[in-house]
Amino acid sequence: MARYTVPNADPYLLPMAGLLAAIGVTEIYRLGPNDAFKQGLWIVIALVLFAVTLLALRHDYRVLESYKYLFGIGAILLLLLPGVPGIGTTVNGARLWVHVGAFRFQPGELAKIFLIVFLAGYLREKREMLAQFRPKDVGPLLVIWGGAMLVLVETNDLGSALLFFGIFLAMLYVATDRLLYVGAGAVLFVVGAAGVYQVVGHVRERITIWLHPWTDGPVYCALTGGKALRQDCQSYQLVKSLYSIAHGSYGGTGLGKGTFVNAEGHSIIPFINTDFIYSALAQELGLVGASGLLLVYMLFVARGFRIALVATDGFSKLLAAGLTFGFALQTFIIVGGILRLIPLTGITLPFVSYGGSSVVANFVLLAGLLLVSNRANTERL
Amino acid sequence: MNKQISRLALVGIVLISALILATTYWQAWAAGGLADRQDNAIQQVAQYTIKRGLIYASDGKTVLAANKPTKTADHILYFRRYPKGPLTAHVVGYSTRFRNRAGLERSENDYLTGANGNLGAVFSTEIDRLKGQTVKGNSLVLTIDANLQALANRALAGKCGSIVATEPTTGRVLVMASSPSYNPNAAEKPDFLQIVGRIKGGCDYVAPLLNRATSGLFTPGSTFKIVTVSAALDTGKFTPDSNFQDPGYCTEYGKPVYNSGNPDQNGPEQFGSLSLFTGFQHSVNSVFCNVGKELGAATVLDYAKRFGYYSVPPLETPINERAPSGLYKNHRLFRPKDPATQVDPGRLAFGQERMLTTPLQSVMVTSAIADGGTVMKPFVVARVLNPHGKTIRTTKPDELGRAVRRSTADEVTKMMIAAVTGGTGTAAQIPGIQVAGKTGTAETGVNHVNTTWFTSFAPADAPKIAITVVLEQQHGFGGTTAAPIARQIMQAYLSRGSK
Repeated sequence: MARYTVPNADPYLLPMAGLLAAIGVTEIYRLGPNDAFKQGLWIVIALVLFAVTLLALRHDYRVLESYKYLFGIGAILLLLLPGVPGIGTTVNGARLWVHVGAFRFQPGELAKIFLIVFLAGYLREKREMLAQFRPKDVGPLLVIWGGAMLVLVETNDLGSALLFFGIFLAMLYVATDRLLYVGAGAVLFVVGAAGVYQVVGHVRERITIWLHPWTDGPVYCALTGGKALRQDCQSYQLVKSLYSIAHGSYGGTGLGKGTFVNAEGHSIIPFINTDFIYSALAQELGLVGASGLLLVYMLFVARGFRIALVATDGFSKLLAAGLTFGFALQTFIIVGGILRLIPLTGITLPFVSYGGSSVVANFVLLAGLLLVSNRANTERL
Repeated sequence: MNKQISRLALVGIVLISALILATTYWQAWAAGGLADRQDNAIQQVAQYTIKRGLIYASDGKTVLAANKPTKTADHILYFRRYPKGPLTAHVVGYSTRFRNRAGLERSENDYLTGANGNLGAVFSTEIDRLKGQTVKGNSLVLTIDANLQALANRALAGKCGSIVATEPTTGRVLVMASSPSYNPNAAEKPDFLQIVGRIKGGCDYVAPLLNRATSGLFTPGSTFKIVTVSAALDTGKFTPDSNFQDPGYCTEYGKPVYNSGNPDQNGPEQFGSLSLFTGFQHSVNSVFCNVGKELGAATVLDYAKRFGYYSVPPLETPINERAPSGLYKNHRLFRPKDPATQVDPGRLAFGQERMLTTPLQSVMVTSAIADGGTVMKPFVVARVLNPHGKTIRTTKPDELGRAVRRSTADEVTKMMIAAVTGGTGTAAQIPGIQVAGKTGTAETGVNHVNTTWFTSFAPADAPKIAITVVLEQQHGFGGTTAAPIARQIMQAYLSRGSK
């Protein structure tokens, strides 16, 4: 399908995505065969949507630009969806899920792509104006900052807020070449996040866990209400995941040879196949395999930015750069959280983690990149 | 816009490089520290994917520690099983799934899990790991003689005490029994400590987990006279014929110290004129009290140190399961700065004062006398076998040092022979074999309740076994309670050896 619709697209991206998805399914199968079957189904659905996206937009994806405000509104609606009583679900303290019957979905994943499409269109139109940096143009910036804070409060999830705002700042910078925007935006974000930190307990807890995962003596444990060592309470998950990574050492235990359940058969690390799939892979593949995996991500990101560079029009450049940076930032936020580089937040590892919304969204993202790439390369021929 | 895109690309690549660096940090740099953390649930399981090496008795066939495979979703885990139960519990120890370990299971964990040993063993372990095969640990063959150990345990049944036997010429530990013992198979149970707490013994301080042989500290009483007499002869200040007057007491600090306080002495209450030899043979306190006064506490302590006192006796078991012998003050080893004023030399000379001795230290003294004055390093692991059963390490006998001259050792041997043939230790006589021994009966402060000792070796002219028996809270004496047990074990060992 890709060959038919986008014959001149970058030839590396799809195989890399396939490789990542295959690694993901393999590890998910190893952790729980039932989940792997569901993940396989999701990949099939994702590939169908991938093909539909390519087919629908094969002539000129730039028509999307005309619907940019629709995408903007769509992104906001999707983000607000988990907050709607009755269908919103709180998992692990963060409100990221929508529940309709047996169907569970993380609308944030799709909202991310909608937002990038909107920003690509909006910024292309307004970039000259914004680049002049007049006070009245700061308005929309503040609106989007407010939106990010809203997302933060709404979802209780620092990771999503960081991801959305990061994408916004990156695209703003590409469009305007004004580092001042990035600086001001970053300051605003930190100020806002600090404010939220004061108010929202969940965010505060995440920061505490990040800074001090181990305690020598018992501290207050919100889960039980009693006192416990923090590594046995709030930071249980992070610490066990670090043990898992450390156990992998240089060569790893080998696929299927890792240790994820204790002698009683209970899982040692909760959410091992979604948020924590990286710590499972790092244990079984070791430093060699984990670095290899990250290099695939790095290559993917490099190819993505290459597409942005060779694209001929502003909308395409912004779209490709936004999609690629979103991909890179998401990878950094979840893996960096697991590795204690930044506070841990519950988002998925693109293509690898178990989860339908994530797989679907990332294949749609891939379709977008291929469309831009195809157009750019066709024009050059 | 391409300039900005290039910069953004750089940011993206730096972000992912940071992830690679952080992964390297955790997997290469911090891995060791994390693996050692008590709450490391991964290690708690992963280490049991290793098929631990077995632990055998000296025959290389009797299995003291075996593996019990248990299947989980990830692996087959190997947990420990101890086929002989309490037989060697204190030496072998235990290893549970929650990483509680004791004894050799703790101190030799590296060998047993194949993590240590020579380069070849480490290499083959890594090959196994790479091939995805079960990593197998190295096995240990101990010096402990299973039959003799069983005999010692039976002799101690219902009593509190310990028996340690060694081969004097090498330092091989043949028997290391501590009573009451416990069943190491129960160590896995959550109520292990309660189970142990219900074990009854013949004394007030039961402590079944304590390895009395290496960390039980007892007043040595008259067995310490071996050290004193060694010092007396080796310094040249006395000979076996040195003459003493025994009025039934010895005067110290202007007050009499009576022999009648010594339940170990036999023969008349007052010997009158006697030699050092006779004084040793009948364990006469006044004689040793005078020897001690003459030598001074510093000299006696110095000789004690030569036999190994004041240092933790070397053995393969964990260091916290071994205690140094010496003077103790407030439950801590007491090193007097000025022994002449701080230590009562007379009482020290016959093993009272605040002198405390472990059974292992006692048998080291006896072994040294048997071996012509050299102290051999005691050892309990004879060989290490790789998973294919090939010996990769053999423990070679090692000298710790010389305690006394050969001539001194020979003279002390003669005195110890006399103590068995016609002195306090006649109960240790074995027909046809010359036994050299010394009794000890230390008062506990409660009337007629004593810690009784017997330490001996045989055959006296070519020693094959040295043994120390100590019993707690006995109503009899060393010569009547401990000596018969020592004789029984020596006889069993020697009669087998002659076959």
